[in-house]
Formats: sequence, structure tokens, C-alpha cells
Amino acid sequence: MRLLKPRTLGGEQTRTALLALLPSLIVFCVFTVYPIFHSLYLSFFNVGLVAAQGRYVGFNNYLNLVKNPTFRKAVRNTITYTIGVVPVEMLCSLIVAVLLNTKLKLQSFFRTAFFTPVVTSMVAVAIVWSWMLEPNFGLVNSILHKLGIQGPGWLTTPQWAMVSVILLSIWKNLGYNMVIFLAGLQDIPAEVYESAAIDGVTPWKNFWYITLPLLKAPLGFATIMSVIKSMQAFSQIYVMTGGGPANSTLVVVYYLYQQAFEFYRTGYASAVAWVLFAVILAFTLIQNRLFKLDV
Amino acid sequence: MKSQRTRSKISPCVIYIILFSLVILMVMPFAWMLLSSFKEENEVFTYDMTWLPSKITLSGYRRALTRQPLLLYGLNTVIVSTVITFCQLITSVLAGYAFSRLEFPGRNFIFLIYISAMMIPHQALIIPSFMLIRKLGLVNSYGGLTLPFIAGPFGAFLMRNFFLSMPKSLEEAGIIDGCSRLQVLTRIVVPLCKPALATLGLFVFMQSWNDFMWPLIITNTDKMRTLQVGLALMKTDIYPDWPMMMAATVMATLPIMIAFLGAQKQFIESLAFTGVKY
Repeated sequence: MRLLKPRTLGGEQTRTALLALLPSLIVFCVFTVYPIFHSLYLSFFNVGLVAAQGRYVGFNNYLNLVKNPTFRKAVRNTITYTIGVVPVEMLCSLIVAVLLNTKLKLQSFFRTAFFTPVVTSMVAVAIVWSWMLEPNFGLVNSILHKLGIQGPGWLTTPQWAMVSVILLSIWKNLGYNMVIFLAGLQDIPAEVYESAAIDGVTPWKNFWYITLPLLKAPLGFATIMSVIKSMQAFSQIYVMTGGGPANSTLVVVYYLYQQAFEFYRTGYASAVAWVLFAVILAFTLIQNRLFKLDV
Repeated sequence: MKSQRTRSKISPCVIYIILFSLVILMVMPFAWMLLSSFKEENEVFTYDMTWLPSKITLSGYRRALTRQPLLLYGLNTVIVSTVITFCQLITSVLAGYAFSRLEFPGRNFIFLIYISAMMIPHQALIIPSFMLIRKLGLVNSYGGLTLPFIAGPFGAFLMRNFFLSMPKSLEEAGIIDGCSRLQVLTRIVVPLCKPALATLGLFVFMQSWNDFMWPLIITNTDKMRTLQVGLALMKTDIYPDWPMMMAATVMATLPIMIAFLGAQKQFIESLAFTGVKY
């Protein structure tokens, strides 16, 4: 009966809600709200990780950042990496999803095989890939050797190091997007294709004019996630290349890590963190607008 | 039906060939990892590479367990992942219940703010979080490893959506029968949301098991390191013992692999959840 009396319930419900939300909101305030503003504050100071009080430097950290050739290199590398990963990954997972969406035997076997790298830790697969790409005794160069090709030092030459890291990331995330696309494909009603078949539409036109437009939402979502994930790449870089050789795989998050936890330039690194945050936020909002999504 | 018509021009044989060759590419690194882990320390250093070990040996595993504190890393990882998962299940049920079942001023606004936190990249928060944990004296402790993750917007979001899809009538009946809210929650709601809890639990456990950057910066002795940090540091050896490293990697990934193969549906659902809901 108490449920029918909203006025007395209002007070009781508010109190209960506050109690139920307390743990979540405390963690949220302490480890999200406070850090995001604290890092904004820090970014205006010349401060180390241990020093209690820094010196106020205004926008100097941001100005130094823009002028710093290593940071600019890191930004360029992050862009290269993202452009290298996202389109190929989207295309491959879309192809696999479309192929898997046919009435195949062994469908669950295929899905498992493609999804396994997704659940495995990035550190673990990066170590396995490092061994596969080892220049003298690794799997890839051994196979190339048998074919009479002299394989490059995958992780020791600047141009191939980035390629290697990109390939690993595509391999690892393919299954994730595949599952999203598969769910989207299965949501498309069969009648749409049936009426198209009556009109004699070719498979290619079917895909281009029916499947693709109806997959807009999952495509948009997967692209956003993939771009954001690419801009946050860290573990594979740490394990495989350490940002090298010659900074060729130095990406923004790795730069942030180095500045903050190896060189202890907390204020400067906070400026990097805020630039990263702003760029990712902007990307999310632009892509949301583009794909008309509410994420 | 639909698929057969759309794909009528491509023979299933071609599809199988394409898929099988892609599967080989997907599985190859794992096969290479497993086979290398059974090789002798020096057997891998040959220009005439073979897939199969000439003699299956467990010496790589033995070295991984004796020369490296792998068991300690494993124990730390189990403790940290379990604590985080357990806490997050509780906090998420509570938050999800409040956001879906209770009326209070500003509910939707607070929910929206909380959910939008999912857009903030973890790395943007890592410096102040580290400083805070250090101020609390929790660097290199289980507290430091777990505290930032004992609650999160994703869990609250997932549980709220689950509650919204559940009929209210049972809870109302419980209240009419004189149950308190806590009793309604523990006796009626929680048993009903076991599938959602399993999905969330697997997701959180896997994430904390695989997490790398936070454990890397917050730990500084072997006593507290997790598997991922331990593996990454092993890799920095100048003369890498690849069979040992592969053995360590096998052992570090096995628990998640087994869990995945045993509960694929939940894993795939939990990871694709936000994707399906867009």
C-alpha cells in the first residue's frame, strides 16, 4: 500500500537512493571528477611528481607542448597508427561478419576463433607477437626465409615497427567489431531482402544499398570505439617497441607515461593528458553527430 | 532465408576457404605460443625453424615458475581481480537499482553525468589518481590496486538497463508483504538478475585480470606486481628466454581462456553489450 502514496515515499526513496548510490558516487568523485579537475589545475604548474608545491606557469606547459618536436612526433605517430588501424579493422570485421551471417556450419567455431584475441590480454599477445616477429628465429621471418625472402627486423627498423604494431592491433580487435556487426546484421529483417530479391537486385547492390545503410548505427559505434581505443594505445607499444626505434612508435599515451612516470614532469604530462582528453571528447562528439547516435 | 538469397552468387565453398584462411591467421600466434613453450631453451635458436618441438619438455614452465615469481604475480592478480569484481557487482546492483526503481530529485541528470564519465579516457586521470593513492599511502598495496575500480559507470548502466526490462510486480508484492527495501533487493531482485550479474562479473574480472597501465605505475616491487606487469618486465631481458616467456604467457592467459571457452555467450554478450544497445 505504501507504494501508492508517492509523497511519503519521496523522502524515503530519496534517502534509500542516496545510500545505494553512495559507494558509486564516492568512487566517481574521488577517482574521476577530482582527478580530471586536478589534472587541469596541475597543467598550469611546473611541478614534479613528488614536490608538494609547484610554480604557476600559466599556459606555458601547453605552449611548450605545441613547440616540442617529440610531442609533435607522438601526435603524428598516433594519427598514423589510428589511420592504419581503423579503416582496415572496420573493413576486415565487416567482411568476416557478412560471411559469417550466412547459414554456415561451424559458425560458433569461427566466432570463437575470431573472438579469442579480444579476451586475451594485450601484454600477453604483444609478447607472443614480439617472438613471432623476432628477426632471426621468429616465425614470420623463418617462413619468409623458406620462401627465399630476407625478412626485415620488424621491430628494429622504424618503418616496419609501426606496421607491426598496427597489424597486432587489427588482429586483436577484429573479433570485437565482428560481433557488433553480426548483431547489427541479424537485426535486419529478412523481408527487406526478400522484396529486393523479387526485384532482382544483385548481391553487391543488396549490400551497398540495403545492408550498409541499415548498419549505420553499429558502424558508427564501432568506428568511435576503434578510434578512441587507437588514441589510447599503450600496452602493445610498451611491450613491443618501448616507443622506438628512434621514436617511430612513440604515441601520445606512451609519451604521457614517460613524461609523468619516468621524467617526473607532472605538470607538463598533465597538459598532455588534457590535450588527449579534449581530442577524444571532440572526436566522440563529432562522430556522434555524424552518425546521429546517442552513446 | 535472407542470407541464402543475398549470398546466392557466392558459393559456400569460397566462403569456407576465406574464413578458414583467416582463422589460421587468427589462431597462428596462439599455436606458436603453445608450441614454443614446450621447446628446449636453445632449440628455438635455429635458422631451420620447425613448428613442433623435437622433444616435448616442460623445462620452460619449470624455469618460469622457479626463476620468476610467477606464482606470486598470479596470486596478486587473483586477489585483485576477485576483490574488484566482487565490489563492483555490489556497487553496480545498488546504483542500478537506485537509477531504475527509486524516485528522487535529479535522478536522470545524475545518471547522465555518471554515464558520460565512460567517455573520459582512463589515461587522462592517471596522474592525479596516482598522486592521490600516494597521499593515502597505498602505493604498492592491494588497496592502491583495487580502490579506483570498485565502482564504475558501466556496471551501473548495465544493471539499470536490466532492471528496467524486469517487471516491477514482484518487488511491489514484496513491499506489500512487508519486506524492507533491503530485503526486496537481496531476496527478490538479486536472485532474478543472476544472468546480468554473471555477464558483468565476467567482464569486470577479465578487465582487471588484463589491466596493465595502472598496476604498472602503482606497484614497484615483485611482492605486489600482477601477471601483466610481471610478463611485460620479463620481456625487457636483453637475452630473452623465449620458451620460458611463452610458458609464462600460456599460464597467465589460461584462466581467462578457459573461462572464455566455458562461457562464450556471456563473454561475447558482455563485451558487445554497449554495441548492441547503442
